[in-house]
Amino acid sequence: MTEPVLSVRNLIVEFPTRRGVLRAIDDLSFDIAPGEVLGVVGESGAGKSLTGAAIIGLLEPPGRVAGGEIRLAGERIDNLSPERMRTIRGKRIGMIFQDPLTSLNPLYRIGDQLTETILTHEPISARAARDKALRLLEEVGIPAAETRLSAYPHQFSGGMRQRVVIALALAVDPQLVIADEPTTALDVSVQAQIIALLKRICADRGASVMLITHDMGVIAETADRVCVLYAGRLAEIGPVRDVVKRPQHPYASGLMAAIPSLAGDPDEKLAQIPGSMPRLGAIPRGCAFNPRCGYAFDRCRTERPDAYPAGASQAACFLHDAASALPPEVAGRAAEAGIQVARVPAEARP
Amino acid sequence: MNRFARIWDSDVAWSFRHSPVAMAAAFMALLIVLAAALAPLIAPYDPFNPATLNLMDGFTPPMEPNMISGNVYWLGTDNQGRDIFSTILYGARISIFVGFSAVVFAMVLGIGLGLTAGWRGGWVDSALMRIADIQLSFPSILIALLIFGIARGLIPPSMREDLAIWVLIVSIGLADWVQFARVVRGATLVEKNKEYIQAARVIGVRPVRMVLGHILPNVMGPVLVIATISLALAIIAEATLSFLGVGVPPTQPSLGTLIRIGQGFLFSGEWWILLFPSITLLALALSVNLLGDWLRDALNPKLR
Amino acid sequence: MTDAARNGEPAPPLVEVKGLRRVFDLSKPLLNRLLEGGGRVSLTAVDGVDFSIRRGETFALVGESGSGKSTIAKMAVGLLRPSAGSVTIDGIDVAGKASADTQRRMRRRIQMIFQDPYASLNPRWRVHAIVEEPIKAFGMLPDAKERAARVGELLSLVGLDPRDGQKFPHEFSGGQRQRIAIARALASEPNFIVCDEPTSALDVSVQAQVLNLLRELQDRLGLTYLFISHNLAVVRHVATRVGVLYLGRLVEEAPARELFSDPKHPYTRMLLDAVPDIEMEGKERLTIAGEIPNPVNPPSGCHFNPRCPFVMPHCKTVVPPVLDRGNARVRCHLFAEG
Repeated sequence: MTEPVLSVRNLIVEFPTRRGVLRAIDDLSFDIAPGEVLGVVGESGAGKSLTGAAIIGLLEPPGRVAGGEIRLAGERIDNLSPERMRTIRGKRIGMIFQDPLTSLNPLYRIGDQLTETILTHEPISARAARDKALRLLEEVGIPAAETRLSAYPHQFSGGMRQRVVIALALAVDPQLVIADEPTTALDVSVQAQIIALLKRICADRGASVMLITHDMGVIAETADRVCVLYAGRLAEIGPVRDVVKRPQHPYASGLMAAIPSLAGDPDEKLAQIPGSMPRLGAIPRGCAFNPRCGYAFDRCRTERPDAYPAGASQAACFLHDAASALPPEVAGRAAEAGIQVARVPAEARP
Repeated sequence: MNRFARIWDSDVAWSFRHSPVAMAAAFMALLIVLAAALAPLIAPYDPFNPATLNLMDGFTPPMEPNMISGNVYWLGTDNQGRDIFSTILYGARISIFVGFSAVVFAMVLGIGLGLTAGWRGGWVDSALMRIADIQLSFPSILIALLIFGIARGLIPPSMREDLAIWVLIVSIGLADWVQFARVVRGATLVEKNKEYIQAARVIGVRPVRMVLGHILPNVMGPVLVIATISLALAIIAEATLSFLGVGVPPTQPSLGTLIRIGQGFLFSGEWWILLFPSITLLALALSVNLLGDWLRDALNPKLR
Repeated sequence: MTDAARNGEPAPPLVEVKGLRRVFDLSKPLLNRLLEGGGRVSLTAVDGVDFSIRRGETFALVGESGSGKSTIAKMAVGLLRPSAGSVTIDGIDVAGKASADTQRRMRRRIQMIFQDPYASLNPRWRVHAIVEEPIKAFGMLPDAKERAARVGELLSLVGLDPRDGQKFPHEFSGGQRQRIAIARALASEPNFIVCDEPTSALDVSVQAQVLNLLRELQDRLGLTYLFISHNLAVVRHVATRVGVLYLGRLVEEAPARELFSDPKHPYTRMLLDAVPDIEMEGKERLTIAGEIPNPVNPPSGCHFNPRCPFVMPHCKTVVPPVLDRGNARVRCHLFAEG
């Protein structure tokens, strides 16, 4: 297997507060292969944006990486100096945020921002940089790119601005693009265009993408693999088709079922997960999901699950650990719901 | 959790407990305010009772026995033999009373006008804010002087003495309302577009209740910060006016009056008459100001 | 949906919206206009919208930014006055000049649920005071004890603990806050509730809870909803009828099932295609280029013409009339006869 572009191992992000240290990300590990699009989903407070911020070294103080390591193409980047990190952010990791205005300087012309970014990281002439900027704008679908080079960000519509941000993120051919909710602020009809663009342009350049979003639909359309987070911990990670169609973690399964879709019977009640995600200071003992989980048994309340193989995915759930003493009734219900429990006891088999 | 425990556990209380500067400032301010409030009980002499005054005791230096009477005064005496420590206690009393009343007056006026401007908008808002702008383009001490002068001119001479302190309070208050009005107006503009106000509109809550019940509680945070900082400024403004001789009547000397009196003796060597009231004023204004700074940071979620 | 609506029995319309129009004046102040030049600028946010909602039904308005959906919601609850046209509830004009008493009784029957549960509850008020406010405002239960009991009842109705009344809004999660907002909306015993994007600020798993709760309450209390949303998948789960708005005009209006199975207007089709394909069936998409034009200066003729794949010459000049097609009404020249 080739070396992953990004490798996150046992990442821990903490926020010291007056009520003690809060663990916003707790022992999270995942890889992104070259050219792969990894979707990171979770509800608000699950830690998905923090994961992105930790990788690019832009955690807001007092947040800090308190453990684990982050490697970019094999090289550790979680302990670099801010100066070293800045060059990596521009050159090797591109960033796209929810609000395009945070990535664009309102006082600079679009063309100047692009050229400047290119010149900072590439030893080419100003003229060549400008040509490259123009090609980039054309590539991301800005009409009349030549004249738009001298326009300011506020003269663009929301969708066009996000296109410019994509051009900016990909200006110096980064190995990895981190896109944090890139379509959330856009209208439905524009969202589809931006997703298609992001997918195409990253595929063309062979850049890997870490796509952070709360929108399962966007993930289903774009990602190769998905990582589902819950309360700062990994719930499930696996190929997108498997996670969407055959989720193996009860949380992922509940989440998928709760999404209203254009198929199925509209008169049927939507499946819902009871309760809400715990606050950081009040994460329950054992599995973080256990109080809301329909399949929780004794072990879930005391011990924290590792990630176990579950079908084509990995799920942090004791249903998938052969060592669990699964109550037959729980195993039966889980199996009925399509969860491939580790060892279905004989008496629960249909 | 009972009420006290809840307050003790609140973020503001926590921030207070973890800020040595705030605690020291609060201690200092409290000490001065308490001493001033309890002046009649604490003060060793009544500086305004001519019967107890002895001109012979004049110009006694601190901690030294008077050459004639042998009396010892902690902080010395002034030209008329008044105990400086006692005059400071009584003077601080007046300074704090005037400053506090002026701030309350400015606050009530500013909140009222700010809420009106922000809520009504349109020409009411424009008119009020232009007045505020004009007033802001003059130093507030000048405004206070102007108002004080006009008010003195309007009041019959026989009542001047009795009303002087109230005129002073109104003058300083009128010079200070702008800050409150601006902040309250800004906060009102933000709050009035929030959905909870729309929700109240849908059920037809009356405007007065909407403004006082819904908006006012939500704009009080910044108001408290300004009030604290204004208190320091108002105390200084009072001192300045009294120093200029236009403030409180000489029969009720405030810290400013004491400083003015003391200034006259600085070059003849009686430094204590000036020094001690000045230190008191400085300590009072500084501690209140530091408290205001701390409160602003404590209430600002971004800095927490 | 109530049983009546499900069985298709005609119920009389409760809410009627006729020729609704709202123009906002965006001009600079007179003095600035005189000094800097430039004329009056106005934005027609809602441009002649008609629809009616039958008792116990949910009418959903779908649209993107600038479609005027929130403006319609505000006019429906009396927060904004229409520039022309009217919204009537049981024949009484919401913005009309009926007697104060009639107005009051009508207002009591209309409530609203807002988008952002973090902004729609006064952070300085305890939950019981928030839920109690409409009861007090309409003078419904003069006795404080009865009011407290009613607040407890309402909180249980939306799935909260009556003891939660003693807490402040910040002690609750987003979904629980939206429940509080729903309890407040129900406090005056309304029969018409305007839901303005009630779940778009919530997480998916919580969104399902709130949508299910709204439906359950409709069944139990016979409520009529005007449901505003930009999310077609959500609308599909709540609506009896759907209206699609584009730049202030209703371009299509149809029974929900029909709109989703047989969309007519090209914009509706495009919106449906733009919903990400969670089923992963690799469906063909009709992606449409371009973005929503500035509503201050909308395209002439049919507003959608610059983005429409089926555009015809007269689409650029003639505003399409409303055409009845079975149970649906559509505003598109493609469906004109001949």
